[in-house]
Amino acid sequence: MHLDEIFFRIMIYLLAAVVSVPIAKKVGLGSVLGYLIAGIVIGPFALGLVGSDGEDVMHIAEFGVVIMLFIVGLELHPGMLWRMKRLIFGLGGMQIGFTALVFALITALFWLDTAQAITTGLILALSSTAIVLQTLTEKGMLQTRGGRHSFSVLLMQDISVVPIFAIIALLANQVVTDSTTVETADTVSGWYQLLIILAAVATIIIGGRYLANYIFKFIAETGLRELFTATALLLVIGIAVFMDAVGLSPALGTFLAGVVLANSEYRYELENNLEPFKGLLLGVFFISVGASINFDLLLNHWMLILVILTILVGVKLIILWALGRLFKLEQSHNMLFTFSLAQAGEFGFVLITFATQSGVYDEFTSGILLIVVALSMLITPVLFIVNEQVIQPRLIKSSIQDEDEVEDNGHPVIIAGFGRFGQVLGRFLNANGIKLTIIDNNPHNVQYLKKFGYKVYFGDITRRDMLEAAGAGHAKVLAITMSERDQIDKLVALAQKHYPNLKLIVRAVDVAHELALQNIGVDGHRQAIFDSAIELGTSALVAMGNSNHQSYRSALTFKHLDKRFMKNLQQRYSIDDPHFLMETKKFAEHLENILLMQQKHPYQEMDCAWDTDSLIEEAREYNEQIEGR
Amino acid sequence: MKRAFVIFRVQFLQMKKILIIYAHPIEHKSRINRQLINAVEGIEHVTVNNLYEKYPDFFIDVKYEQELLLEHDIIIWHHPFYWYSAPALLKEWFDLVLEHGFAYGREGKALKGKWTMNCITTGGQQETYQSDGLNRHDIKQFLLPYEQSAYLCRMKYLSPFVVFGSHLLNESEIDKKVLTYTKLIIGLRDDEFTISTLQSRKIVNELLQEQK
Repeated sequence: MHLDEIFFRIMIYLLAAVVSVPIAKKVGLGSVLGYLIAGIVIGPFALGLVGSDGEDVMHIAEFGVVIMLFIVGLELHPGMLWRMKRLIFGLGGMQIGFTALVFALITALFWLDTAQAITTGLILALSSTAIVLQTLTEKGMLQTRGGRHSFSVLLMQDISVVPIFAIIALLANQVVTDSTTVETADTVSGWYQLLIILAAVATIIIGGRYLANYIFKFIAETGLRELFTATALLLVIGIAVFMDAVGLSPALGTFLAGVVLANSEYRYELENNLEPFKGLLLGVFFISVGASINFDLLLNHWMLILVILTILVGVKLIILWALGRLFKLEQSHNMLFTFSLAQAGEFGFVLITFATQSGVYDEFTSGILLIVVALSMLITPVLFIVNEQVIQPRLIKSSIQDEDEVEDNGHPVIIAGFGRFGQVLGRFLNANGIKLTIIDNNPHNVQYLKKFGYKVYFGDITRRDMLEAAGAGHAKVLAITMSERDQIDKLVALAQKHYPNLKLIVRAVDVAHELALQNIGVDGHRQAIFDSAIELGTSALVAMGNSNHQSYRSALTFKHLDKRFMKNLQQRYSIDDPHFLMETKKFAEHLENILLMQQKHPYQEMDCAWDTDSLIEEAREYNEQIEGR
Repeated sequence: MKRAFVIFRVQFLQMKKILIIYAHPIEHKSRINRQLINAVEGIEHVTVNNLYEKYPDFFIDVKYEQELLLEHDIIIWHHPFYWYSAPALLKEWFDLVLEHGFAYGREGKALKGKWTMNCITTGGQQETYQSDGLNRHDIKQFLLPYEQSAYLCRMKYLSPFVVFGSHLLNESEIDKKVLTYTKLIIGLRDDEFTISTLQSRKIVNELLQEQK
């Protein structure tokens, strides 16, 4: 391949990613699906911009998975891993075991022999670490209960790739003894192999614990950033090559190295340096998965493929769901767990290729299976979306009241939004014996707070009928404590229009919002964070050795001055362009003005009645007069 | 000095417990009060209760303050003499802590028999606190509300300790006042004075100066 051709290829891959991923994200499909679609588009069956090299590219790109596991390892302390052992080996082991068994039985029932059935079962039991981890991280769900369960299972699957290789090799030997294509069947004895593996693991642990920090320190002291990046890459590639040589999964080896280095002070530096490589390579990997789908085969046998795909996903869903129940996952977490792992994984490509080379599969079977695996990965983002958009809302809705069940109980105060901010407000009013009607649009919040005995209604109060149902017609006060500015503004406008007698107490998200609220005549408002910031400032003054009361006075003075300045600002700008605050430059000027005005009126002066300087001076003068007399 | 106290202590086993209720809103500007308080803070059986430090937002813990009163034999209101009275927080303290039924009223006998007095600093010189002076009245007349409050609470009101002309005192003069105050507190603690002596002078400072 000529250099310019390589550059052209790179350009195509990058262009596809840059065009498709933002679109996919915007539409809400997530980056993984974006990459996959990009792969299909540039693949041999659509635009044909990349061709038969898809598989080679995929091999390079698999390295992205290796880096990803290294980074995942960096975020897992050994202690945490130890605590997850029940999930990894129990849940993960059971998932692989049951799924492999069921698929082996199903395939044996249909058209494949025993060796093929077992191989297929094992291959399809695996899920896609790349897609699932990437998606869970992107959605910030890796740390949830469901996410951690998924991760444990994926980890166990990665660990079991090595024995699966061995089993396939064994089956190949048994089945195709007459075949000449057998090339695996190493004669190395099992014990010897085990010894080598243990030695390799020990090398990583000891090297990572005792040697790595000195090397990193030495490199970091050179002050050359790119050298550290090179070192990080070398470390990961080195371990991958090493692991490959001793017959262990590179992904597993680097994961182990990551865990060992999780306590290192260079952890974040490593992570930062490897993150871009991981992202890019994973992207390329997904693109090549998309590009590798054989559409000719797919079109000719779409019925068969569809049936297999349905069985694959269906069986996986059922087994995962049952295991989730067995491990006492709550319904919503179980659904995340179930839906995230219902596909086959990227190791499937490797294993299918290996099985074909070993003579377990014929060309047709492997072709069909490759498509099924690719398609199952392709629909994973869709499954995530189904879970989020269809299942989760239903789960939550079924267990709490529906929007319209708000009973109008004639309470004088309605609280819109019951997050952390609204909760404090609610507790305060509650303590003053005021009856509250509380509406929140976050189902998790609603469910959680019900446990604490709050009567919270689920619903979107920015809708007229909901506001009416909450009793806005005869309530005295509507406290708007939601956190999103557009939601707040929408509700303010709605309330002002339909319930002019309702007093509005509104949480302003920032100074600009506070001014905007004042301009539309909202009587109550406060910057949400303003008071607590001053509160902290008071603590800082006390910590500096100022007396408690003086610090308290300073806070009071500052608050009152700020109020005065805000009024001043509002008077000056209510006549101005209402969008003046959008212009950040102008706004920065105003802030500066506030600070300058403050310097001109140092607030200590407000307490000048306690200042004895002038008294002392006068007393002195008086004394001199007397003495002069 | 310290060693002398120790010997002293052995002789007088029956020591009185003194509570100094101190109110100064702007301590870092204080020239005299801070030094007076510093001198007596830490003396055994003497408790300094710094109101402005404890209740910066005027939210007084009434129950705690009442218990503090019960634990002590002599209560001293220590404050600058703002507008012929005390800083606002001490007034708040009177209003909230000396509850009906606790400090006064038919059932309010919690403070009965305790001694109490004011320790104040004034800007005006002693000469101004007389009928032909700027302040036209005697210092004891201005302190009448405190005396009467003590009476209502069935407490014995002693003559005040006063530092006059606080604005113009130089360092050595302040040192002398601090010494006098320390002597007063220790004397009260060790029960050196009878009630009639303590009530016999306009200000207790005179008593201590004579004693020396």
